[in-house]
Amino acid sequence: MHPILDLRHRPAAALVGLALVAIVLVVLPFVLTGIGTFWVRITNLAILFCLLALGLNIVVGFAGLLDLGYIAFYAVGAYTYALLASPHFGLHLPFWVILPIGAAVACFFGVILGAPTLKLRGDYLAIVTLGFGEIIRIFLNNLAQPVNITNGPQGIARIDPFRIGDLSFSTTDSIAGLTFTGPMKYYYLLLVVLIAVIAINLRLQDSRIGRAWEAIREDEVAARAMGINTRNMKLLAFAMGASFGGISGGMFSAIQGFISPESFVLVESIMVLSMVVLGGMGNIWGVVIGAVLLSFAPEILRYTVEPAQRMMFGRTLLDPEVIRMLLFGLALVLMMLFRPAGILPSALRKRELETRRSAG
Amino acid sequence: MDTFLQQIVNGLTLGSIYAIVALGYTMVYGIVQLINFAHGEVVMIGALTAYSVIVALTGAQVPLPAVAIVLVATMVAIPVCMAVGYTLERTAYRPLRRAPRLAPLITAIGLSIILQHLALIVWSRNPLPYPQIIHTVPYHLTGNPNGATITNVQIAIVVTSVAMMAGLVTLVYRTKLGIAMRAVAQNPSIAGLMGIDNNRVIALTFVIGAGLGAVAGVMVGSYYGIAHYQMGFLLGLKAFSAAVLGGIGNLAGAMLGGLLLGVIEALGAGYVGDLTNLCQLSGWFDALKVRCATDPNVTLFGSNYQDVFAFIVLILVLVFRPSGLLGERVSDRA
Repeated sequence: MHPILDLRHRPAAALVGLALVAIVLVVLPFVLTGIGTFWVRITNLAILFCLLALGLNIVVGFAGLLDLGYIAFYAVGAYTYALLASPHFGLHLPFWVILPIGAAVACFFGVILGAPTLKLRGDYLAIVTLGFGEIIRIFLNNLAQPVNITNGPQGIARIDPFRIGDLSFSTTDSIAGLTFTGPMKYYYLLLVVLIAVIAINLRLQDSRIGRAWEAIREDEVAARAMGINTRNMKLLAFAMGASFGGISGGMFSAIQGFISPESFVLVESIMVLSMVVLGGMGNIWGVVIGAVLLSFAPEILRYTVEPAQRMMFGRTLLDPEVIRMLLFGLALVLMMLFRPAGILPSALRKRELETRRSAG
Repeated sequence: MDTFLQQIVNGLTLGSIYAIVALGYTMVYGIVQLINFAHGEVVMIGALTAYSVIVALTGAQVPLPAVAIVLVATMVAIPVCMAVGYTLERTAYRPLRRAPRLAPLITAIGLSIILQHLALIVWSRNPLPYPQIIHTVPYHLTGNPNGATITNVQIAIVVTSVAMMAGLVTLVYRTKLGIAMRAVAQNPSIAGLMGIDNNRVIALTFVIGAGLGAVAGVMVGSYYGIAHYQMGFLLGLKAFSAAVLGGIGNLAGAMLGGLLLGVIEALGAGYVGDLTNLCQLSGWFDALKVRCATDPNVTLFGSNYQDVFAFIVLILVLVFRPSGLLGERVSDRA
């Protein structure tokens, strides 16, 4: 159990801690709006990346299947939402209908990807998933001919925002004397979803399914010998990971209002993977921390590296984006070399990585 | 007939480049059972280094024939790539040789990102036009004046590839280093007991693969006339698919797989448009007849799906014959 959340042994401290975290999370958007609405948007994207990273964590962290094409499911979810709620086809379904559809479609693709790759070993699997991600992107780019489905590289614009009755998530409203901007409303919605997803993940990890995944990750042959249906369990991991990706994709679509294949390139898959690896594969809190750190990294770099360069050289030599990517790469390499279990390693993963290393 | 012949020629040219890159993957896999994910970036560095050399030499008006300039550029690119290959092995793969499988794969992805963005800083974000200093001469293959041709550049690429493959096979099967490589591939600890320096042999394997990659980079650059910091990714992926198609770890397999993949891709790109042209069905659907009257090419999949073929081949091979076409000859690993 985590020390901050030790409800059993230190209930008072745990409750006070939880209350403090809750207050900070509720007040945060007001503070950020004070600095600039831009920061609320960044925070929303960070939460979306948390959701994505948690979904990938099911596949990579729990079940130990390296998926390098995860962004494809995000894309599937995003395009499902965009096609069913935009002027492109003239359809405007409400979001609570589309999100489950998006999750189901992504889940279907997850199984399609999972089924033929069940027999593959880790590194082959990684390459096939990577290829799958590329195939999806190529199709999104080209499915404008002969029937215009995805509108090709131009992408789909004017996607409907979330709407509950008369309450639209894209406009500014005043409720009880407080002004809520669009991004702020999305922030609260995303926060609720994030908490729900974290709760699901925590329960999943300790469940029969979670333990089965762990067993498969550690030793597939032994797991099968213990009576675990490894085929179904692996498919389930792909399907669940994909559904989370699909839901996140749908929300991304609604929040951005515009999507194009550009948003779903391989680098994004690698970025989500970096978040999982950096935080600690298999550790839910670690993954959340990794996702938050890496999503804010480009903004922090923009505000530190650029002025620093201008001060030293008189102009911007290196784009913060380039530096960010270099740091990503470096982080992946250094993490694997020196702290292969991540910032917050899952206890089991840590033991595994350390004993295998010393035993050779 | 001419289209078919032309696509075969294009496919064989492309395929011999894939084969050379695939050899780099397969050699490393054969010896340490590791996918060197960053190999595509080595090819990219080779292409860009050669680009700089060619631009510098032509810019300085050096009185050398065009072929000599390309040769000099290749000779510069080879050691640069070998150094990159050695650095990769030394810093990222050697420390992780005994770690679980995921670890070296993730470092490889990291290295690939680092190499790409270093190349972005050194060269540029934009696609660089490869100087076309060699005058392309097409030779007709049939009597038809508008029919299939093969250019001198294509001939040079195929001949160079075949020569390099022959050289590599000689190295692996006829020299002491080759014996050592095969020994390490079979059983590293016994090889060590026989007095073979495992680390040296593995490092040399990476270096040789990188050298081949450098030549492949120059070939890609001159063939497509363009070099870009991201060119290594797709090329590497396709070459890896070729290696898997032939049976990874198997030298002959990589060559066969490369050539096959090149031909499949060229034929696929050449014919997929005609094969999926919905106007063939216009007798069946009235709506199609109306549309085909104005536009006779209502194709479901055009040649812009070219890049998909390699992945489909990869997935099909892994599902139906994971050991590849020539995969079962394990003793041939090098």
